[in-house]
Amino acid sequence: MSRRSEDLQAFLQRVPIVATLGMRCDVKGDDMTAVLPFEKKLIGNVAIQALHGGAMGTFLELTAMAQLFLQADVARPPRTINITVDFLRQGKAEDLYARAEVVKMGRRMASVRAEAWQAERDRPVAALLGHFLLR
Amino acid sequence: MDPSDLADREARIRMMQAHKAHMTQFVPWASETGFTVTQVERGHVWGVQPFLEKLIGDPDERVIHGGVITTMLDNLCGMACAAQLEELRFVATLDMRIDYMRPAESERPVIGEAECYHLTRSVAFCRAWAYHESQDKVIATAQGAFAINMPRPLIRPGEAI
Repeated sequence: MSRRSEDLQAFLQRVPIVATLGMRCDVKGDDMTAVLPFEKKLIGNVAIQALHGGAMGTFLELTAMAQLFLQADVARPPRTINITVDFLRQGKAEDLYARAEVVKMGRRMASVRAEAWQAERDRPVAALLGHFLLR
Repeated sequence: MDPSDLADREARIRMMQAHKAHMTQFVPWASETGFTVTQVERGHVWGVQPFLEKLIGDPDERVIHGGVITTMLDNLCGMACAAQLEELRFVATLDMRIDYMRPAESERPVIGEAECYHLTRSVAFCRAWAYHESQDKVIATAQGAFAINMPRPLIRPGEAI
C-alpha cells in the first residue's frame, strides 16, 4: 500500500460518518473505488425499497473527498464548498459503488466529479459535481 | 389512517402537522441520522438535526458531515412538496445543489427549513436552508428539482401485480 493510501485508510477509520454509513474505499495506487454494501438502514422509501438520496449523496461526497485526499498533498481533509447531486435512477436495495475523478486541481480549490452505480457501470444511479477547499 | 385525509391538501397538512414527531420513523436512513420534523405549513416544512457523535465528518473539529445536512434538506424538500401539491403524489429528487456558507458548530443541533416555491404539472422546485438560529446566519443553502410522479393505481388485495 502506498503511503498516501495508508494515510487515507487511517483517516477514514477516524471518521464516524464513514462507519455509520458502512462504506469502504478499495485503493490501488492513486486509483480508488468506493463501496457501500447494502444495509436496510440506507433505505429512504420502504414502499419501493429505494436507497435514500441523502445516503447516496453522503456516499458520493465522501468518495469525492477521499479521491482528492489521495491525489492532493494536503494535511487535512478538503472542506466542501458546494455539491450538485443528480439522481439519475432509483437506487435499489443492493450494493452501491462509486468512483471519483479530480477534474481540476488548483492551489486552493479543486473540482471533483463522482459517479455511483449498482449492477451496471454504464447505468449510473447518481452523479456528483463538487468544489472543495484544500487545507 | 383514512386515505381520504391525504387526498385533500389542507387535510394532508393537518395530518402531517399532527404526526410530525414520528414522520421520519418510517424512513430508515432518516431514523439513522436522527432528524425530526418540527413544523408543517402549506409548501413549507421545518426540521431539526441533533448533534450526534456518529455523524461527525471532521474528527478534528468535531462537526457533522455535510451529507447529514444533504439528507435532512433533501427529505424536508420532499415533504414540502407533499405540503404544496393539490393531490397526493410521490416525488423523486431530480437534483440537489448545496452551498456551504460556514461549517455547522460542534455539539449544536441544526435547524432545517424547506420550501416548495413553484409547481408545474411534472416538476416541483424547492429551496432549503440549514442554520443554528436563523436564516441570517445560514450554514448551507440548497436548491432542488423534484419529479412529480403520476398517481399509482391502488392495488387491491388478491389482485395480480
